Amino acid sequence: MEMIKASKLIFDYIRRNEEDQIEEVNRAIDGLDAEIGTGDFVAVLGHNGSGKSTFAKHINGILLPTEGTVWISHMDTKDVDRIWDIRKTAGMVFQNPDNQIIGNIVEEDVGFGPENMGVPTEEIWKRVDESLKAVGMTAYRMRSPNKLSGGQKQRVAIAGVMAMRPQCIVLDEPTAMLDPNGRKEVIRTVRELNKREGITVLLITHYMEEVVDADRVIVMDGGKIVMDGTPREIFAQVERLKAYRLDVPQITELAYELKKAGMDLPDGILSREELIEHLVPLISTGV
Amino acid sequence: MAIKVEHIDHIYGAGTAFAQYALRDVNFTIEDGEFVGLIGHTGSGKSTLIQHLNGLLRASNGQIYYNGECIYTNDYDMRALRGKVGLVFQYPEHQLFEADVFSDVCFGPKNLGLSKEEIDARAREALGQVGLDESFYRQSPFELSGGQKRRVAIAGVLAMHPEVLILDEPTAGLDPKGRDEILEEISELHRKKGMTIILVSHSMEDIARYASRLLVMNQGEKVFDGTPKEVFRHYRELEAMGLAAPQITYIVHELQERGVGIPQDLTTVEEARDAILQAWKGK
Amino acid sequence: MLREITLGQYYPVDSLIHRLDPRTKLFGTLVFLVSLFLSRNIWGYLLATAVLTAVIRMSQVPFSYMIKGLKAVVILLLISVSFNLFLTSGEVLARFWIFSVTREGVRMAGFMAVRLIYLILGSTIMTLTTTPNALTDGLEKSLGLLHKIGVPVHEISMMMSIALRFIPILVEETDKIMKAQMARGADFESGNLIQRVKAMVPLLVPLFISAFRRATDLAMAMEARCYRGGEGRTKMKPLHYSGRDHVAYGLMLTYLSGIVILRYL
Repeated sequence: MEMIKASKLIFDYIRRNEEDQIEEVNRAIDGLDAEIGTGDFVAVLGHNGSGKSTFAKHINGILLPTEGTVWISHMDTKDVDRIWDIRKTAGMVFQNPDNQIIGNIVEEDVGFGPENMGVPTEEIWKRVDESLKAVGMTAYRMRSPNKLSGGQKQRVAIAGVMAMRPQCIVLDEPTAMLDPNGRKEVIRTVRELNKREGITVLLITHYMEEVVDADRVIVMDGGKIVMDGTPREIFAQVERLKAYRLDVPQITELAYELKKAGMDLPDGILSREELIEHLVPLISTGV
Repeated sequence: MAIKVEHIDHIYGAGTAFAQYALRDVNFTIEDGEFVGLIGHTGSGKSTLIQHLNGLLRASNGQIYYNGECIYTNDYDMRALRGKVGLVFQYPEHQLFEADVFSDVCFGPKNLGLSKEEIDARAREALGQVGLDESFYRQSPFELSGGQKRRVAIAGVLAMHPEVLILDEPTAGLDPKGRDEILEEISELHRKKGMTIILVSHSMEDIARYASRLLVMNQGEKVFDGTPKEVFRHYRELEAMGLAAPQITYIVHELQERGVGIPQDLTTVEEARDAILQAWKGK
Repeated sequence: MLREITLGQYYPVDSLIHRLDPRTKLFGTLVFLVSLFLSRNIWGYLLATAVLTAVIRMSQVPFSYMIKGLKAVVILLLISVSFNLFLTSGEVLARFWIFSVTREGVRMAGFMAVRLIYLILGSTIMTLTTTPNALTDGLEKSLGLLHKIGVPVHEISMMMSIALRFIPILVEETDKIMKAQMARGADFESGNLIQRVKAMVPLLVPLFISAFRRATDLAMAMEARCYRGGEGRTKMKPLHYSGRDHVAYGLMLTYLSGIVILRYL
């Protein structure tokens, strides 16, 4: 069963002048079709302006399609009556950790979503406890968000979404403003939620190291999906990724360069161990 | 000898029970024309340190010399120092304020009290250095893309004609293309204009590619100072500080442990490729 | 300097005072402030001191932490004390240049200083022991009557709570932008008034832009978390009066009557 489905999706950013006439139309998404299965961990890659964030904002109805349709668990996002069900089903985590935390105390922020949904008090507490535990932030529940590191703030934001009991979490470049440790912390948390709780994850990013563990990688360019496959399939195409102005992890790039120079290596090597295992016999025998 | 830092401490809340060392006994000299990488995890004191180099923060103890002159003497011209030691903060686009790109870049030179012609000439030159042509001059900086905004902000500092350029994570939040463009422009300023560069970065790969010297900060102290190759040799200690070496360093070390004879101290993809191919063909 | 203001910064310990209902604390603070203005003689202030000391002890907030908040108002304190000291007429104690210090002036200045310090300490206790959210909840509930006549009480308290959350962030941001402009040669410290006002433009414009950007982001994040105003919302921490609140109200009334009686001593 698919969690998210987009069909012939088109979205235009329209700029109007003072007289409300259309001044400029900017097509951010251009006929996108996609299906994302329940429980999948899908990474969406693309340079700035590729349409990946615009797509993300369609998933819980923050943006509505100019043309085409997006369904979340079979609900059409254009259906005004179901907008709150849609937002409950697909939670969102944004890029700037400071600008999405509402509460002045960690646990109160996590409770914000359930409060809005009208969840009874006792149940809110239960959900807050569980969500904080799920992201490993229980020890910080009474802290002010301002005193946390970037990675911790993002984990609080994730807990805030978890407390709404979504089936799917969309993370829109959640690590772009973090340092390497914070980045790892957030990705590990998301990965665990996907594995343990079976939550569908859509991770928007431009850091390649973060997508190595995904079940599936989608590359966007010019508002369309241009590549779609497992990380290994995607990373085997180094030249193509570079053409889409994306990076390749150093390991993959080194393997690719060595293969180009004649060494007999498989395509799309992703991990250090894998590269070493293949290199050592090749070098020692010289073939 | 451009900048000499002698035994500086920076203490927050000095004299109270909450006194905290943000910097402790930091020493180094940066020579003219060096390209120095400064690394350390968040809170290691690196941001505090760079704000000392142009006098925005004052050391609690110790001295800083610029071209041999102590910047803490009473009649030292701090504003002139800020013109010579340009500092580009993290997310510098947040400081843009003028209605158009060109005026914003003029802000720095205007504060230096230069003539109108000189200001104009410098703004044009600076915008050229970051790859923005005349079509951008009259645009509002707020309607540009993230990478373009950042280049306008960097031009704003370059227009002051600094001799030393300090950049605090100039590529944070940019996509790979934006990142590469900015790093290339910085590298060009170093190569062609001989500008001294201090680059703060979390990306060991970028540092390994561009810097000829590396300073590592941890808990307010300078812990390593050397070429990238020397410093990355301590990758285990770096890890203990929450840092890492470039991916390539790990590959090279593991290959060595497995008995493959390749030189140590490789940090970039190109170096590793050549060394591995040599070892392979040598058989 | 701005960062040292303790007013509004919750101090997380679990004390009897922390556990009181925010409405009780709001009312208590009000009673205490009123009592300071009712007191006319030393006995009233002695009672106020005793009560304040007891409450501070019970709150388990270190006194040293609490007086950090006083630093920010030292100037205000000095001004009002010197006004009282020099401008009250009466029996002259000392005289220099055009100023004269009178017995009444000393007395008034003393009371004024104590009154101001207690006023700040009193309200600081409330903000130190009550989370901003609980505080706004308390206000929202206390002002419930206003809601009936169409005042958007929930919206106002939500705005207050968001303001409290973003003040430290914007203070930090101001500091950063200021430094960034100083690195470009800006001068915020010298020049005449007009020059100084003009020098603020490169600080204020980026600050406003940043505030708007944050507001847009926050609004989107709130909507994504199903925020749709006060209707149909439940509370994670609903307000319930418990036994200790009733006791507290009783004590407050006793205290207030005590102050009123002491007034006529």
